[in-house]
Amino acid sequence: MAHGPAKGIARWLYTTNHKDIGSMYLWFSFAMFLLGGVFALVIRAELFQPGLQIVDPNFFNQMTTMHGLVMVFGAVMPAFVGLANWMVPMMIGAPDMALPRMNNWSFWILPFAFAMLTSTLFMEGGAPNFGWTFYAPLSTTYAPPSVTFFIFAIHIMGASSIMGAINIIATILNMRAPGMTLMKMPLFVWTWLITAYLLIAVMPVLAGVVTMMLMDIHFGTSFFNAAGGGDPVLFQHIFWFFGHPEVYIMILPAFGIVSAIIPTFSRKPLFGYASMVYATASIAFLSFIVWAHHMFTVGMPLAGELFFMYATMLIAVPTGVKVFNWTATMFKGSLTFETPMLFSIAFVILFTIGGFSGLMLAIAPADFQYHDTYFVVAHFHYVLVPGAIFSITAAVYYWLPKWSGRMYSEVMGKTHFWLAFIGLNVTFFPMHFSGLAGMPRRIPDYHMMFADWNMISSIGAFLFGGAQVLFLYIVISTIVSGRKATDKVWENPEGLEWTVPSPAPYHTFSTPPEVK
Amino acid sequence: MSTHEGSYYVPEQSKLPIWASFGLFLTVFGAAHWLNGNSKGPMIFLAGGLVFAFVLWNWFSAVIGENMSGLAGPQLKRSYVWGMGWFIFSEVMFFAAFFGALFYVRTMALPWLGGEVESTATNEFLWPGFTAEWPLMVTPDMAVNGDRATVLGPDQNLSYPGFGAMFSWLPFWNTVILLSSSVTVHFAHAAIKNNQRRAFNSWLGVTVLLGIIFLIMQALEYHHAYTDLGLTLQSGIYGTTFFMLTGFHGAHVTLGTFMLLVMWLRSVLKGHFKPDDNFGFEAASWYWHFVDVVWVGLFIVVYIFG
Repeated sequence: MAHGPAKGIARWLYTTNHKDIGSMYLWFSFAMFLLGGVFALVIRAELFQPGLQIVDPNFFNQMTTMHGLVMVFGAVMPAFVGLANWMVPMMIGAPDMALPRMNNWSFWILPFAFAMLTSTLFMEGGAPNFGWTFYAPLSTTYAPPSVTFFIFAIHIMGASSIMGAINIIATILNMRAPGMTLMKMPLFVWTWLITAYLLIAVMPVLAGVVTMMLMDIHFGTSFFNAAGGGDPVLFQHIFWFFGHPEVYIMILPAFGIVSAIIPTFSRKPLFGYASMVYATASIAFLSFIVWAHHMFTVGMPLAGELFFMYATMLIAVPTGVKVFNWTATMFKGSLTFETPMLFSIAFVILFTIGGFSGLMLAIAPADFQYHDTYFVVAHFHYVLVPGAIFSITAAVYYWLPKWSGRMYSEVMGKTHFWLAFIGLNVTFFPMHFSGLAGMPRRIPDYHMMFADWNMISSIGAFLFGGAQVLFLYIVISTIVSGRKATDKVWENPEGLEWTVPSPAPYHTFSTPPEVK
Repeated sequence: MSTHEGSYYVPEQSKLPIWASFGLFLTVFGAAHWLNGNSKGPMIFLAGGLVFAFVLWNWFSAVIGENMSGLAGPQLKRSYVWGMGWFIFSEVMFFAAFFGALFYVRTMALPWLGGEVESTATNEFLWPGFTAEWPLMVTPDMAVNGDRATVLGPDQNLSYPGFGAMFSWLPFWNTVILLSSSVTVHFAHAAIKNNQRRAFNSWLGVTVLLGIIFLIMQALEYHHAYTDLGLTLQSGIYGTTFFMLTGFHGAHVTLGTFMLLVMWLRSVLKGHFKPDDNFGFEAASWYWHFVDVVWVGLFIVVYIFG
């Protein structure tokens, strides 16, 4: 236990150390973030003007599909797992993750899975082109041959997620330092515990639905084929039973992150800790009974429309509790606006905008108008970009000094924030307008009347993309040549991770600390 | 057992995970090529499977070795318990997807296709002449084309034949076998806790045999369905749900039997497991109880109400 890291590449290939594995997850997810970003920029470049300019429609479809898949499964989820790997053991005073070898296995599946998924771009017939939601029969009867590789890539990345989730649960339930009772755990730990349960519950369902596709495509079964007595709508039900909890998998850890950052820079304890825990659990529970709000226009019985509409609106209650608590934490606080705090405040405001447009979409009759338009695109990018991406960025700025022992440049960090903030709003806010005006999503061409807002969106997208290159530069230059960080880093941050030196030693808490 | 709560065993660097990832990747990469008709597919699949099996062998050996040399403290063992428990829960959710598909097809999709719901015109315009029934013998496609079902009557399917014919009905005996095997594996567990090695070996051996008999019976039933009844994976949603649910269950029985067989060999050949230290066996027995519970669900919804 008293040894340091091994030398060379072997350190990364064979490691069992949660910090090494956390770093690999984070770098991998950043690489995927850039790759998925390039796909997005191809989309925005094509949509800069009406008419077909740069790519042919089939390739455009491949770009929308791969952008979604890479961002969801390659960028956001692994980034949160990376943060969990780094922070959960340190936050609860554990020496490492509960099952360190399985931890490394969970990570190393991902580069293989995404190599296989990305390689479909070069296959005959092209990459998957049926959207990241891969609705049957587009993904079965009419799919390119590469769909088989897509299915198996989903299978193994699902296995990776399940093992990661099991590891996190075992770590949190079994490895807390003496005195670290459940209701003393930092909220990031709480939100990840609940997220891990969501993962174990729904990743197998995703595996089930892609297995059904595989059987329909290659073995002549009739799951999604009405001619044999099945139903394509069945696909949507099973997919969204996975898909809705999945979107909370991508946001609950974000709640944990901002719940750590806002108190630090407000110099006040978090307002309403217990209600935060209960709200998180409520959101997780509700996520299992709202899935068909993605399918209001598919032709459901009225009772179904009503049930899913009201259940969806209920989610606004625990989410409102959270937003209230973050605001109340800042109220009369002694606020300063370091980069992590800027990203966190932007998170609270912009995520709330995304929440409100979600409430609009939850109204079934109104959704008949919004469905499959850019309004939906605007909605889920407002919850995912300022939600998931901003919180991950905030977390990196907040904890990078602890990881690397070096401080980033505040000027550079703030520049990154404002570029990203402006770029994001310029990209996605106009989509509300084009969507309400009726512009359909996933189409490479559009009517002249949408031209202005699309041009503005595309300019914003390239600005946002550029901001992320700056982010990469900031992270590397901090690690290489940032000035030394103190052990506490911030003025008076709460949590066990700030009691260890910066950079955090290779092994922390080999003997558990005593938590009062 | 010198390790105490204060020092959790964190293993050294290990080559197992990266090789496990590589083996898993090769396996699915080969399978995908195979399914897409590439002649190199089966070879890649096989190579991947071998790599993966080799890694698992070494991985389990390593874990067993660590336990025997006293590196695994009580806290690490609790991690294994949590790990196995939640792994089984993930399996439950995998089956839930297939059970859910069956319920949806029977309560929603088929009545709509059959025109039983007034507001749906699907039947009238797309599938005239199709009537929803279960087990579904004539698919919508067959109804439109005027094709006869290969299976002639409701007496010629695999569903519940009525109480009179219960004892000549194969699924009934499979249920008896599997339920008994859950009891025998429990006896084995009780035996090892009382340090009765011979009883443990016998009960565990009986359990493995029951598992194998179940699988043979299942194979006979499949053969009967394919050759005598013409019920196949391709014969519409009834065949689809029947074979996928029982097939995945069968695959899990196979894995469970294999796990118990390994435990039996470990006990018989190597004298592994102690009254207070037998989680390897206990985990396998949990898995066995889980496949048993799934079977009870299958028996009720696929066979009795099938």
